[in-house]
Amino acid sequence: MDTQKPQYNDDIVRLFTIATLFWGIAGFAVGLLIALQLAFPDLNFEPYLTFGRLRPVHTSAVIFAFGGNALFATSYFVVQRTCQARLWNDTLAFFTFWGYQTFIVIAALGYLAGVTQGKEYAEPEWYADLWLTVVWVAYLIVFLMTLAKRKEPHIYVANWFYLAFIVTVAILHLVNNLSLPVGLAEAKSYSAYAGVQSAMIQWWYGHNAVGFFLTAGFLGMMYYFVPKQAGRPVYSYRLSILHFWSLIFIYIWAGPHHLHYTALPDWAQTLGMTFSIMLWMPSWGGMINGLMTLSGAWHKLRDDPILQFMIVALSFYGMSTFEGPLMSIKAVNALSHYTDWTIGHVHSGALGWVGFITFGALYYLVPVLWDKKEMYSKKLISVHLWVATIGIVLYMVSMWFAGILQGLQWRTYDDMGFLQYSFVETVANLHIYYIIRALGGLLYLGGALVMIYNVVKTVKDGAPVRAALQGAAHAG
Amino acid sequence: MSGQELPEKDDITGVETTGHEWDGLKELNNPAPRWWLWVFLVTVIWSVGYWVVYPAWPTFSGATEGTWKWTQYGELKEAQQEIHQRRAKYQDRFHQAALADILADAELYEFARVGGAAAFKENCAACHGTGAAGGRGYPNLNDDDWLWHGKLDEIHETLRVGINSGHDESRISQMPAFGRDGLLTRAQIGDVTEYVHQLHLADKANATPAYTRGQQVYTENCAACHGADGEGDRTLGAPRLNDEVWLWGGDKKSIHNTVTNAHVGVMPAWEGRLSPDTLKALTIYIHSLGGTEPDVPMQNE
Repeated sequence: MDTQKPQYNDDIVRLFTIATLFWGIAGFAVGLLIALQLAFPDLNFEPYLTFGRLRPVHTSAVIFAFGGNALFATSYFVVQRTCQARLWNDTLAFFTFWGYQTFIVIAALGYLAGVTQGKEYAEPEWYADLWLTVVWVAYLIVFLMTLAKRKEPHIYVANWFYLAFIVTVAILHLVNNLSLPVGLAEAKSYSAYAGVQSAMIQWWYGHNAVGFFLTAGFLGMMYYFVPKQAGRPVYSYRLSILHFWSLIFIYIWAGPHHLHYTALPDWAQTLGMTFSIMLWMPSWGGMINGLMTLSGAWHKLRDDPILQFMIVALSFYGMSTFEGPLMSIKAVNALSHYTDWTIGHVHSGALGWVGFITFGALYYLVPVLWDKKEMYSKKLISVHLWVATIGIVLYMVSMWFAGILQGLQWRTYDDMGFLQYSFVETVANLHIYYIIRALGGLLYLGGALVMIYNVVKTVKDGAPVRAALQGAAHAG
Repeated sequence: MSGQELPEKDDITGVETTGHEWDGLKELNNPAPRWWLWVFLVTVIWSVGYWVVYPAWPTFSGATEGTWKWTQYGELKEAQQEIHQRRAKYQDRFHQAALADILADAELYEFARVGGAAAFKENCAACHGTGAAGGRGYPNLNDDDWLWHGKLDEIHETLRVGINSGHDESRISQMPAFGRDGLLTRAQIGDVTEYVHQLHLADKANATPAYTRGQQVYTENCAACHGADGEGDRTLGAPRLNDEVWLWGGDKKSIHNTVTNAHVGVMPAWEGRLSPDTLKALTIYIHSLGGTEPDVPMQNE
């Protein structure tokens, strides 16, 4: 038997980890700024630093830069460990790193300059899209080739999710961004779709960006780091198969729920809604498998803040994947749509699930990657956890209030049959909630800065594993 | 294959594992939770039921209609029906009534005021302010300083055709840019500014040489529209200048600027954008704000 530990390419994982931290701070900071701009419009500075241009900078920075780099880092780490194989082709792997960072910078500079396709979460123009396609195909090749040369007979569940994420995002990206540039020297392009078809393609893309980027990808992360940190086996192999395939099959249909009560035909709205309802349990399968993995190890949760991060993440995941199907019901959507309730929903998923599972994974990863015994300060991990959790709660609750209040005011008629509130009045009423939301964002950013400090201290001053072993040997 | 090999069991829970291991990670062979399967099944059955009663699946000639024949346009109509019913009590009578009749009928008057207020906040408040107090360049509608009359019919006309709006019958108001177009010298503008600034003081005005020269300039250039004593002319939309209500500021610098460059106010025509009934309601609402010119004797007083 081959007992020699295989060599892994951890340089690339370290690079992506640093990028995750960097873009995380950038994305959260811009988020705080645009939250403040909504509360205090004077903070808009023409032309570059207006809400309209900064909003895609925020969303792209947190989803694609922070989330994307986290997925690159963890998928490269996990696929090597669970395949017992070094990442295929170092050069191509490094290309995915620099290629991806280049894409982020090109996209962000474009937004600031006012260059956009006007498609939510797909704002980059054609040249950036083409570049991303090249990078993404390289990612797919690196990942697939590593899987192909694995030394384990079976493919671990985390890798199914990572692969589903990579493949589906590639398809979504290609289909939604089909367009014709005005000229090779022009930034502007025209979409291949028009009217309601354009809207439908866009939300097929948009919803599955949530489904495959922010759900499937991070479930892959969860399936490695939760059992690792808990030191327990995954709760149910059969559940993982069932919820994987049901999630993949059902998610792709749910997009039309973004277009309730629009020009989209009734039948398409029905399908979007019913598939969203059916999506509830497939989504929860991941939560159940994650939480139940702690069976027999719940006591570890008491004093392991990293595990706490992961469990809180799974709880927010469960909450927002219940809230999502709820909001897809037409009667609920008629109230919630176009209000801040939607924003609150997205952020309970983004801050709570995506952010926290990433923080948990990073706290596990950093000592391993830099060959340290443990994180510099467990206490600071706890501080991060609590500050960020309070931030999320402030964010979510204020947006619930704001959204439901505004939704109700929009539909309030007086006894004589006239609208009670003008639109402007309903906006003016949101001011206080916008301030509370910004405060929530500030706390979340503050927590992340605590993490940066902790990570820097760990990398610089942390006790190396070898020293720790020697210490143990001396003590023995 | 070693058939007699027993499946590995987890020490803590006693559940079998699948026998695989990746980087120290194993999987238990627990079944998927029953309640999970059941709830999943219920959502699927519910969805199938929903497809039967609602429009759901595309066909070659459209889509299945659903047994309830529901459409979103139908739902919209029903919702509107409820609102229409609330208005129905007043709507027909309101539609027939002339503005003066509405003023005389307490119920219709209230209906007009409430409906007018809603329409005002949605359409007019952006310029005139939610309380109709106006702002620089946007007239205050609460006072009795009217540019184009404050009587019911005149307010209605202003709403209908707008001011410098491009509507065929639009009210037109132009003031020459005396400085920019070289109609007056800078010195003359300084003088007339002095005069207009003190116009509201009448005989208490401080008759400096500039004031006196300005008076001459005023008489020759401004009086035709703004009146010999600065009383304004509502048929031309020329503001009254001998009061302390100023549309573009009453300090010397502002007046100087107005004479030099002129201001041309624009108000959109609302005919065709708002229904005739809404225009009537808005007229009553604006008339009710306080700056009324009762061309009709108030019935209740």
